[in-house]
Amino acid sequence: MQIIKDKQIIDDSWSYISDDAELKAGDISVSPARWNKDKQQLLHHDGKVGVRLEPSDSVDDIAEDLKEIELIELNFPAFADGRAFSHAWLLRNRYQYTGEIRATGHYMPDQVFYLSRVGINAFNLEKTEDLPVALSTLSDFTVSYQKSTN
Amino acid sequence: MYQYNEDDQTLIEERVAQFRRQTERFLKGEISDDQFRALRLMNGVYIQTHSPMLRIAGPYGLLSSKQFRKLAHIAREYDKGYCHFTTRQNIQFNWPQLERIPDILEELASVQMHAIQTSGNCLRNTTSDHLAGVCTDELEDPRPYCEIIRQWTTLHPEFAYLPRKFKIAVSGAKLDRAATQFHDIGLHLVKNDAGEIGFQVLVGGGLGRTPIIGQVIRPYLEKKHLLSYLEAILRIYNLYGRRDNKYKARIKILVKETGLEKFTQLVEKEWQLIKDKLELSAERIEAIKTQFTPPAYDSNAAEDTSFAQHQQENQAFATWVKHNTLHHKVPGYRITFLSLKAPDSPPGDMTDTQLDAVADLADQYSFGLIRSTHRQNLVFADVRQVELFSLWQKLDALKLATPNIGTVTDIICCPGLDFCSLANAGSIGIAKEINEALDDMDYIHDIGDVKINMSGCMNGCAHQSVGHIGILGVDKKGVEWYQLTLGGSSENEAAIGERLGPAVAKDQVAKVVTTILDVYVKQRLDDESFLDMVKRVGITPFKEEVYADN
Ligand code: HEM
Ligand code: SF4
Repeated sequence: MQIIKDKQIIDDSWSYISDDAELKAGDISVSPARWNKDKQQLLHHDGKVGVRLEPSDSVDDIAEDLKEIELIELNFPAFADGRAFSHAWLLRNRYQYTGEIRATGHYMPDQVFYLSRVGINAFNLEKTEDLPVALSTLSDFTVSYQKSTN
Repeated sequence: MYQYNEDDQTLIEERVAQFRRQTERFLKGEISDDQFRALRLMNGVYIQTHSPMLRIAGPYGLLSSKQFRKLAHIAREYDKGYCHFTTRQNIQFNWPQLERIPDILEELASVQMHAIQTSGNCLRNTTSDHLAGVCTDELEDPRPYCEIIRQWTTLHPEFAYLPRKFKIAVSGAKLDRAATQFHDIGLHLVKNDAGEIGFQVLVGGGLGRTPIIGQVIRPYLEKKHLLSYLEAILRIYNLYGRRDNKYKARIKILVKETGLEKFTQLVEKEWQLIKDKLELSAERIEAIKTQFTPPAYDSNAAEDTSFAQHQQENQAFATWVKHNTLHHKVPGYRITFLSLKAPDSPPGDMTDTQLDAVADLADQYSFGLIRSTHRQNLVFADVRQVELFSLWQKLDALKLATPNIGTVTDIICCPGLDFCSLANAGSIGIAKEINEALDDMDYIHDIGDVKINMSGCMNGCAHQSVGHIGILGVDKKGVEWYQLTLGGSSENEAAIGERLGPAVAKDQVAKVVTTILDVYVKQRLDDESFLDMVKRVGITPFKEEVYADN
């Protein structure tokens, strides 16, 4: 599995563990509900731990634990759902989160430029063949009118 | 007028290149219809009944003669020789080919124009008072703030995938000519008790299928906080606006369902956290203001006497002056309307020849600038009175001098069934029938200020719910019917029109309109306007007459 991270195409090791599945070794992400429920166990997990937010989740719910969370995935059930854009902005600007923020799910490579501007630095695309296009869109614009996170 | 700097130019050129690549990928089958839809809409491209439609931004309605010549060129080379001015001060082309749209956009970029965010669920073109800077009732020119907002909204990364479209209007005058109470955000320049000018902020207004009048969320906002406050509102909307039902997705529904008080608290809380980091500096405001300084007016303009004389000698000219020109804040100048409502042409349409000719006239008579209005007409803002007679003759030859501004034949009309795939009913044809039924100019002038707004479906592109007379096309088992409303207004005393009664058949609409006007003429008091009379007597007298036969 390959993704874009910090403007490079790299191999990826993370996997998402759904709420009803057993935790497994290695780098895993879980839902905020799972994180809150199994926090003690997860803090001693053999591997890195991340949290996957859906658009309907609130960033505030994991705000206090951000130091312990090494990856935040922002999942897109549909590309038109723009809430993740504000979630990323809040994580970077309001909560000063410095770890990896990764977009996952159903979004377009054409959204990667805006996603990067609100602070997302890793992209797991629906179709790996879109990786080169997505990478190239990061240089679509050399100027911008507003401050965001960059 | 705002002139692009290097960065502005780079940005729109990069946008064209981006859309060219996206269109190529779509045509090769690498982007799905659904995904391309979102991308093309944010570049103004709709797919319509016959062909794509391209909507170009007219930033707060201000255009130059050079830009008009470019529109003429595009109409000739890429379309069928005409274009359409919309109620949001934009320009639409009805017949471009998708493959050639990137080329059109490139042509536009060469004259500092674009189609960015003219449709789609994003921050749209900011609109304003078409008399900004020249009217006599203005506190401050709103256009510098419109430009600041234009820049802020353009390619805003966080707010490109909102629950629904989002429209902002700004006004600086006593009379609200920008329908700010019917925008997602309306901004009014106002003075506080200390005599400083800032903004009154309204939120949650809108038309469409659920017309709602905007409410004041902040009575006074310092100018330096303009962008942070907008950002706070947009962030709350982006996070909490409904996404489950597109008819409930506008901010007006969020405000209504949350309650204004709670909604205000959410916004104010967000704003407190960002306001100090996003201040608009006084220098920045001043720098933008210098791009909107008044032109070099002739201080002797008022000394001319020929203007009065021509009016005495030529009744047609005098009538035109009375209806199609307005007082200017500088003595000796008149604000001049170009009517795009000639009886035999679709409201708001212009041919390539007219566009080129208007560009030349603008250069000759009005400092090379043209404005488009909310009621689908054009304005030359700064015409010396001494030149009005010769301008009138030229406009008349171009069929742009119908003396009907603000009258019953100055109809706002959407494209309806002729072009629009969402339409239930035709509208252009009905506008023509109304024109034919009202072919007596003296009668039209006697009736005075009556605003007819007509849309071909519930989406309400022509603001029918705020028309003094609103006409809405509805579909009844595949047949076109029309629902009428009376008493709407988008000005200061904003009101949503009341339903007259059951929908009427297509061949009855013009007759119903003339019946309504006859009732008005018979029952009005002295110089009572149509709207005032409707307010006084309600709809009953009209209803009785219109439905008398049933
Ligand atoms: C021919 C293609 C057009 C299509 C497919 C179209 C589509 C739509 C739709 C779907 C809406 C409703 C959106 C909502 O309620 O959220 C809408 C609203 C609107 N449209 Fe159009 N439209 C078209 C042309 C025009 C034209 C020619 C004008 C101007 C004359 C116009 C001006 C507007 C305005 C002002 C609204 C207002 C809405 C509001 O504030 O809620 N549109 N349009
Ligand atoms: S009001 Fe309806 S018919 Fe008219 S342009 Fe808008 S969507 Fe089309």
